[in-house]
Amino acid sequence: MTEVRVFTLFERFWHWAQAAIIFGLLFTGLEIHGTHQLLGYDLAFSTHVVLAWCLIALTAFAIFWHLVTGEWHQYLPSYHGIWPMVLYYTYGIFSGEHKPYTTTPAAKHNPLQRLAYFGFKAAIAPALWLSGLILLFDAWWRGTVVDQVISFAAVAYVHVAATFAMMVFIIAHVYLAATTGHPWYAYLKSMVTGYKEMD
Amino acid sequence: MSRSLMRAVLCLLLLVIAPGLQAETWGGEPTPDGQPPVPASRLDSTADHREFAELKVPFETGPQVTRACLKCHTEAARQVQENIHWSWDYRQPETGQRLGKRNVINNLCLMVPGNEPRCTSCHTGYGWEGPDYDLTLEENVDCLACHDTTGTYVKFPTGAGHPPLEDRTFQGELIEAPDLNHVARNVGKTSRETCGACHFEGGGGDAVKHGDLDSSLLDPPRSVDVHMSPQGGDFSCATCHEFSGHRQEASRYHINADPQAGIAIPGRRNERPSCESCHGHTPHDPRIHNKLNRHADFIACQTCHVPELARGGRSTKTLWDWSTAGRLDEQGRPVVETNAEGRVTYHGKKGSMEWAEDVPPVYRWFNGNMRYTLPGETIDPSGPVNINTPEGTPRAEGSRIWPFKIMAGRQPYDQVHQTLLPAKLFGPGEEAFWTGYDWDQALAAGVEAAREAGHEDLRFSGEYGFVETRMYWPVNHMVAPAEDSMGCAQCHGQDGRLEDLPGGYIPGRDRHPWIERAGWWAVGGVSLLVLLHGALRLILYRRERRAIWGR
Repeated sequence: MTEVRVFTLFERFWHWAQAAIIFGLLFTGLEIHGTHQLLGYDLAFSTHVVLAWCLIALTAFAIFWHLVTGEWHQYLPSYHGIWPMVLYYTYGIFSGEHKPYTTTPAAKHNPLQRLAYFGFKAAIAPALWLSGLILLFDAWWRGTVVDQVISFAAVAYVHVAATFAMMVFIIAHVYLAATTGHPWYAYLKSMVTGYKEMD
Repeated sequence: MSRSLMRAVLCLLLLVIAPGLQAETWGGEPTPDGQPPVPASRLDSTADHREFAELKVPFETGPQVTRACLKCHTEAARQVQENIHWSWDYRQPETGQRLGKRNVINNLCLMVPGNEPRCTSCHTGYGWEGPDYDLTLEENVDCLACHDTTGTYVKFPTGAGHPPLEDRTFQGELIEAPDLNHVARNVGKTSRETCGACHFEGGGGDAVKHGDLDSSLLDPPRSVDVHMSPQGGDFSCATCHEFSGHRQEASRYHINADPQAGIAIPGRRNERPSCESCHGHTPHDPRIHNKLNRHADFIACQTCHVPELARGGRSTKTLWDWSTAGRLDEQGRPVVETNAEGRVTYHGKKGSMEWAEDVPPVYRWFNGNMRYTLPGETIDPSGPVNINTPEGTPRAEGSRIWPFKIMAGRQPYDQVHQTLLPAKLFGPGEEAFWTGYDWDQALAAGVEAAREAGHEDLRFSGEYGFVETRMYWPVNHMVAPAEDSMGCAQCHGQDGRLEDLPGGYIPGRDRHPWIERAGWWAVGGVSLLVLLHGALRLILYRRERRAIWGR
């Protein structure tokens, strides 16, 4: 058995920083939405805005890194091998079958992961980003023609709907990524240490 | 500019300004003969009115005083006569409606015509008793109502604007006749007292009408009005409501709701006062997101900075129900009931009343134009009729979220013509409701008086009922210190201040029911799925381990 480095230091930093920011955005966003009143609206809003800018900076950095290193291809979805993964999670995992996929540094994500992460990056995150920025810069387009085309309410609905989609993603992602390795915590460990044991 | 021209301009300026520059600092106790002491220093004026021979002749009536004033202030009366304070008539340029006290119906004492001697006790003139009043007669202008500094000048409540010429009682209260010579020799700038004599007492008594204007503003603590408090700005009314040539710009009937284009600078241009005149467009510390300043683009300053109305310890009237009026006791006197505070909750002359202190305003999008339901306009008697409706469009340029006091009413209307009705309330004859307690006569006489006053499309069929009404009173005063202004969550939340504000999307208040339902179902569903999936794995894992290891 050998240890292979799957995640670079930057990837791990990026992942965990992003996770922290997203949880912060979710928590403060739900307060802005009126779901809870734990921080106080003022602080929740300020924090939400600061975290949003942090996420933008982090993402810009990450995009740059992925382009330069060519790692962006890790997120290209492919239908090939998705069904075996779905079958594994719905049946094989219970009967003790081996996962029909092995993580390697060259292909870090299984096809289902690729699809899920692609969906997150291509649909959920941009929807949140775009709608969020439009809401934040509301003063620039209020009362103009833009207001007739995209109402403030419509943009807010997109932001909220995308938040729900992201919550669904997070719940499934945390469960699958943190508990379905072999041993069960293997992925979690490799996302912390960067290393994975290879048979 | 040539020197002589400049001199001429300066002289003209002085002429305009001088009447307003009366001594503010006459101080000290009056001398034994009742005259104030000679001011020792810091005269704000170049004229001491006590020295004027014209003011030493004995005055018997108000108009005699005015004639004396006009000998020097030759233009003053004509200036006043161009002011809405005099004309009670205002053509709203944007809605085209003919407004002003002469023309509107409200849900307090309904309408001026027919009730003049009572209503016109707050006119800036003398003797407006009916439709024949001469609005061009200069001696009818009442200089003293606004320029008295002695605090002794008073207009008798039912005297059509005249002061009592001898001591008289009104509703059991002694009203002393002012010494007109003394008052005339001590004229000066307007003050909270002179403006407040009418504006604090609107609707028939202290704090009744506006909710943000009452006698607490004579000496308010900082918490009630940060501008007018001696511990704050110590402003008088005229600090903001600047008059030039006896005219102020605009009125409640035509508010500059969004002074983004240009702001008035007091002392420079004679324009409508606004918060922005002094505070600018970006008064808040921008902090991270500048959101408060951005809020000011579409939310009136008052919305957050006047957190409640009637904060000065005087309750304001919130409901006036005329339909219950007319109950008399065995001696034929009107029944009067009061609450613990001494406010009248029922009066046989007026009906039922409700009062409130520390009232949260209601909020509407407002572009500064009020559309009135004028006499003769058709109403829908099934629901509350808006006496006036603030115009405005959510998020539109020029519209801002604005606070209002809602005055609720129940008042007579014509069931056949479907119009609001005026009533003759005041007067000696049986047709006046407060004398005869007969609506049929009072409404007929009210309509007749209104028609005589020019509202000829108003008719009375003889069939009347009572209709619920609402009146919007824009809130501008009683600005609280910054630390007492409203917090974010008071509007951004469920059941908050803006709960019933029509239009727009307010984060924290609004949500799409489908998105909300689908979203939480999806979150719950995936959580449940994950839990079941995990539990099943755990059970199977344990069973497998037992099979292998026997435990």
